Amino acid sequence: MNAISAEAPPSFLNRDYGLWAWLTTYDHKRIAILYSIGITFFFFLGGIAATLIRLNLVTPNGAIMNAETYNKTFTFHGVVMVWFFLIPSIPTTLGNFLLPLMIGARDVAFPKLNLASWYLYIIGGLFTVCALIEGGVDTGWTFYTPFSTMFSNTNVFLVIVGVFITGFSTIFTGINFIVTTHTLRMPGMTWFRLPLFVWAMYAVSLVMVLATPVLAMTLALIGLERGLGVGVFDPALGGDPLLFQHLFWFYSHPAVYIMILPAMGLVSEVIPCFARRRIFGYNFMVYAIIGIAVIGFLVWGHHMFVAGMSVYAALIFSILSFIVAVPSAIKVFNWTATLHRGSISFEAPMLYALGFVGLFMLGGMTGLMLAEPALDVPLHDTYFVIAHFHYVMVGGSVMAYLAGIHYWWPKVTGKSYSEPLAKFSAILMFIGFNLTFFPQYILGYEGMPRRYHAYLPQFQVLNILSSGGASILALSYLLPLLYLGWSLFRGAPAGNNPWNARGLEWQTTSPPPKENFLTMPVVQEPYAYREPAP
Amino acid sequence: MNQSGFQWFLPAASSISGPLDMLWWSMVGICTFVALGVFVVMWLFCIRYRRGNAEVDRALSHGTRPVELTWITVPFVLFVCMFVWSLFLFVRIHTPPADAQTIYVVAKQWMWKVQHPGGQREINALHVPLGQPVRLTMTSQDVIHSFYVPAFRLKQDILPGRYTQLWFTATQLGSFALECTQYCGLDHSRMGGWVTVMRPADYARWLEGHAGPLTLAAQGQALFRAKGCSGCHGANASVHAPGLDGIYGRVVHLSDGSTVVADNRYIRDSILLPDKQVVAGYAPIMPSFSGQLSEEELIELVAYLKSTTGPGTGNRRPDQLPASGNTAQ
Repeated sequence: MNAISAEAPPSFLNRDYGLWAWLTTYDHKRIAILYSIGITFFFFLGGIAATLIRLNLVTPNGAIMNAETYNKTFTFHGVVMVWFFLIPSIPTTLGNFLLPLMIGARDVAFPKLNLASWYLYIIGGLFTVCALIEGGVDTGWTFYTPFSTMFSNTNVFLVIVGVFITGFSTIFTGINFIVTTHTLRMPGMTWFRLPLFVWAMYAVSLVMVLATPVLAMTLALIGLERGLGVGVFDPALGGDPLLFQHLFWFYSHPAVYIMILPAMGLVSEVIPCFARRRIFGYNFMVYAIIGIAVIGFLVWGHHMFVAGMSVYAALIFSILSFIVAVPSAIKVFNWTATLHRGSISFEAPMLYALGFVGLFMLGGMTGLMLAEPALDVPLHDTYFVIAHFHYVMVGGSVMAYLAGIHYWWPKVTGKSYSEPLAKFSAILMFIGFNLTFFPQYILGYEGMPRRYHAYLPQFQVLNILSSGGASILALSYLLPLLYLGWSLFRGAPAGNNPWNARGLEWQTTSPPPKENFLTMPVVQEPYAYREPAP
Repeated sequence: MNQSGFQWFLPAASSISGPLDMLWWSMVGICTFVALGVFVVMWLFCIRYRRGNAEVDRALSHGTRPVELTWITVPFVLFVCMFVWSLFLFVRIHTPPADAQTIYVVAKQWMWKVQHPGGQREINALHVPLGQPVRLTMTSQDVIHSFYVPAFRLKQDILPGRYTQLWFTATQLGSFALECTQYCGLDHSRMGGWVTVMRPADYARWLEGHAGPLTLAAQGQALFRAKGCSGCHGANASVHAPGLDGIYGRVVHLSDGSTVVADNRYIRDSILLPDKQVVAGYAPIMPSFSGQLSEEELIELVAYLKSTTGPGTGNRRPDQLPASGNTAQ
């Protein structure tokens, strides 16, 4: 903002040029950009698979693929989107970039570990892409046993090795963020002055560190059973297939919160900025984040209501699932209340953030229906579930991710993008998303099971509607790639704080220098939008 | 079955469909109401407090605690109500009536095999009487499958190595789609069939027309001899092995001091994994029959043992144990 202009040192982008300098960098901001390249690549790879799935479902008997290819396609879509896009998306890109800036630090606590975790992510991704090149894998992203261990003839090994390795990248990132938040906060940055995005990163890191090892063990056990015939999950070998589901969902349900907590934190930054007021109920927002992270570990059984678990267990998991919904409800109400008495403007990040709140709420409410074991009986493993988790993951996390990309784009690149195009694609995304996934709620209620290559003819109209919506959605994902790419080369300089925002990251130059801050920033109460900027 | 590209309403064809639909539409109603409420408030705030509007008071009040506590408490109470409603229905889904007639289902990649007690067999089809409770005892020969009839609003996963159960009373005549809802490999989406609900008289005629030479229990009895079970477990056996007449549903004392109810699972395990639960007072000398019996044959043996009557000792328990899980007794 102030006196640093003429003699300003080069930004983190304008120094140490060359591929080698980038591939050996310890700068959290450069690593964030490395991650974002990888994540964008995997997002579009998974998106191609999604496109093929929607094309295939236009006709009841499979329009473009045979069953084998279809099964491999939805597996690939799931594996790539969950482990190589959604889980790392916000933490490793925006989180990596912003966490040190937001707490006034020069870098994360372990810069080398940060770079190592990117390499692990890429190596894991290569294994997964190799599996695709070698012919794909057909187990579904859930790897249910004994199908994955004893029956599938595809490249299960390559994929589980890929996911296993990537899991360590997640764990390393989690450790790094926890230590950074504990040790590198600048003087005056107390715990209850932390931006909610930092709280979300902290909570999600705890979940990453505690849950991911269970996934690693589970995948290793699949490898043991598949490769060496050690009986763990297959009843023919004396194992128990439900044991796999317990272990898998013990990781994979908290993994859902790994995907959504960062989105919640991110939106809590964007909405106060464009409403020009402090977030409503900051303390309760913090408690809600912690509550979700902790209770999220106790609800995994709601994925197994019809799997053959006891009635008592199902009811306990049910009530716990309702309890974990309370903090999410608090957050939705608080975001809405933040608009009250604000001075609201509707730039692209705000449109994405408001879209997030609406879609996340619909996803959350249908989650309540699935948390009732009785309603889960008809709805389980149908398109209702598909619609539910896409509302949370795509309507929620991806919308929030794009809100964040647009909000911090000027900070990261120093450039501004085309605001009309950005607004247009935000609205297009909201419309395309609802057209794609709302019909799937109805399909699920009417009894169309998931993972079906061919379906009964009465489901065709809704499937065509969904596929039509998907083409709009695809366009709305391609547009930002174009106008943001354009802005990178031709965008006008954005200035240090185009949104007049209050976080510490806005008190340095855009793009920030390698050291993050040339003069130490001034810590205020979080979201002090009614007070003069420091 | 509607063959056009769209159906407006899913038929409600079992006794649980109505209560489940009631819960479903109530949930849809509550969620729509709350969602619309939040959307309307968001819109109103967005319009009223837009930056260009100079007319409004933007002074912030302090202390959000009462508001926060309100919207913690209200959803929580609402959630508990939802939970309790669902609880009663879920227990009902898992409590088959005592007079339910058992039909056996074996799922395999990628077909449904049905065995009726009278020895009738079907593939990818299930005929049931209208208005009479039916209990399916199901197992899988390979991977996990799931038995789903949307018109009945019922679903239950079928696992290899154990028996799960599902019960229903059909309330509407006709044929209803049966689908596999647990991904099971290549032709998962083709693993379908039809459940045909018939008037009881028609059903009796159908059973008669499709009866084989032997009932399921009689098939099991023949197998019991052919596989040599009777050599040890029979009445005049020279080998010291427990007699099995009337064993089904009885409490068995094991050599480790514990007890177990002789249900489907216990009988199955004793045949395939005889060392797992040895009866008190007997040596673990029985060989495993693992790999020598198909799932259908195991079901025949269970049906046979179920049909025998014993000396009447031991504590017989009822065939159905309410709310004791999806696992069939």
